Amino acid sequence: MLTILFDGVAYGMLLFILACGLSITLGLMNFVNLAHGAFAMAGGYVTVILMNRYGISFYWCLPAAFLVTALVGAILEVTLYRRLYRASHLDQVLFSIGLVFMAIAAADYFMGGQQQLINLPAELRGRLDLFGIGIGRSRLFVILICAVLVVALQLALTRTRFGSQLRAAVDDGRVARGLGINVSTIFVLTFALGSGLAGLGGALGADMLGLDPNFPLKFLIYFMIVVTVGGTSSITGPFIAALLLGIADVAGKYYLPQAGAFIIYAVMILVLILRPNGLFSREGRR
Amino acid sequence: MTHHTQASEFLNARHRWRLWEIALWLLAVAAIFILPSQLLILTEIAILALFAVSLDLILGYAGIVSLGHTAFFGLGAYAAGILARDYVSEPVTGLVFAGLISGLFGLATSFLVLRGSDLTRLMTTFGVAMLLAELGNQATWLTGGADGLSGISMSPILGLFEFDLYGRNGYIYCLAVLIVLTFVARRIVNSPFGLSLMAIKRNPRRAAMLGISPKRRIVAIYSVSAAYAGMAGALLAQTTNFVSPDVLAFHRSADVLLVLVIGGAGYLYGGIFGAIIFTLLRDWLSVATPQYWMFWIGLILVAIVMIGRERLTGWPLLLAARLRGKPAEDAR
Repeated sequence: MLTILFDGVAYGMLLFILACGLSITLGLMNFVNLAHGAFAMAGGYVTVILMNRYGISFYWCLPAAFLVTALVGAILEVTLYRRLYRASHLDQVLFSIGLVFMAIAAADYFMGGQQQLINLPAELRGRLDLFGIGIGRSRLFVILICAVLVVALQLALTRTRFGSQLRAAVDDGRVARGLGINVSTIFVLTFALGSGLAGLGGALGADMLGLDPNFPLKFLIYFMIVVTVGGTSSITGPFIAALLLGIADVAGKYYLPQAGAFIIYAVMILVLILRPNGLFSREGRR
Repeated sequence: MTHHTQASEFLNARHRWRLWEIALWLLAVAAIFILPSQLLILTEIAILALFAVSLDLILGYAGIVSLGHTAFFGLGAYAAGILARDYVSEPVTGLVFAGLISGLFGLATSFLVLRGSDLTRLMTTFGVAMLLAELGNQATWLTGGADGLSGISMSPILGLFEFDLYGRNGYIYCLAVLIVLTFVARRIVNSPFGLSLMAIKRNPRRAAMLGISPKRRIVAIYSVSAAYAGMAGALLAQTTNFVSPDVLAFHRSADVLLVLVIGGAGYLYGGIFGAIIFTLLRDWLSVATPQYWMFWIGLILVAIVMIGRERLTGWPLLLAARLRGKPAEDAR
């Protein structure tokens, strides 16, 4: 029972890291980026290639995955995404679906359609017995990293100069620009950060979630649930939503396997009916 | 001239049959004799066209962006398939049944698209489609689960025309349904009701102030659109004698969006032109690069958005306007 809870928390934390980039682009920058999962997949594949082909340690792969996907994100932002901030949602949807299709086919072309496996370092394998609760070492690792990241993100958004500039740029780009804030640079950096985090999540989750070319579509619904249920006005909303989703999903699969993902979708629709702006949204903000 | 006669004249002008519309339908009918070896792909086009027309009703006329329109398509396919497998194997009955079921489901879920922003609508439509896909996958006793629904054998259409091996009657059947339903849709969108929908799309608040109740109209058009999609699904099930769980997959919702975007939304025929181009393109790509055609479809999507949909899809209107010797602005 507690093991399930623990696994659920680990899963939820991972989902949060994967989805928080989306909550920024979608929530703050108002861009419907369905291709977010593609960045996570890219991070996963970077890890797989580095580990299996070049034998680089898992710990070094994580920052590498972050950097590579952040770079890819930045390049795409400058070349393509930037032009579509003002486009209609339909255009954004079409564009990002196109990107997803391209990413899936490209991953299939370069890496093949099979599930990718990675060998975690020995100290992350197996279980730890703590007060009678079986705890997977790799999951503990995920939780630790994610917890650090959550705190760091929250502080970065609320306490740093960059965070306040970002919030200003998002709330009113014109005024922010008038105040001498370089809005487009901020957006590039933010987009890169969001993609990088997704890549990191993909790398961390390569073992737990599995990795194959269909990853972006398979987990799209989870990302969207986290963002829409969590609301987009803060980091805490999506975080709580991700934790709830993680626990509910793991518990649901354990106790009611025949219901499958049914419950989660139903709950999401229900939440959207009752609170169209998310469970934890504050009123009166965009 | 009073406003009243002005308005009715405007509506009549929209009603009038254009030359290219008639030519298109004549060509579609002539294809039965001209292209007897291509009837299967033509059937596919007709079904996809009907599906795209149904999406056009909500996207092009009411401005609802749906990421899960295939929910209705898949539901219709399953409804027709199950009816044919277990009860009545006459196709037209199945078609009406599927339309009813999907329409009712559309009515039930239409309340989800009334509230919230574009994003909420995207999510709810997407969620509904995922929910149905999961249901279709789990309810193995009814739908055959992941193996798909097989064991359908259709009896002759209206007891008269049997489905033949070459797909000739199948194509005629699908084309007839497409023609009838497009005519009906044409009546709907060119009626005062259709105009009020467009007003809602442009500016819901203003429409409400003019005395147009957005909610009721959106519910109505959403249900009609769902019924259309359901009938398209039924046609697929009946002509292939099989329903794969793929009918509810996300990529179908994306495909139909792409079809509509290629053809242009908001004038009904976009879905039909789009379906022709899309199917031929996919056919060609899947021969050229069997495994990776998805990449090129994605590239096309990105390119369309980058170039601008308006510039790309304005051409049929421009052409039509040019033919009648009027500037393009009048055609809209």
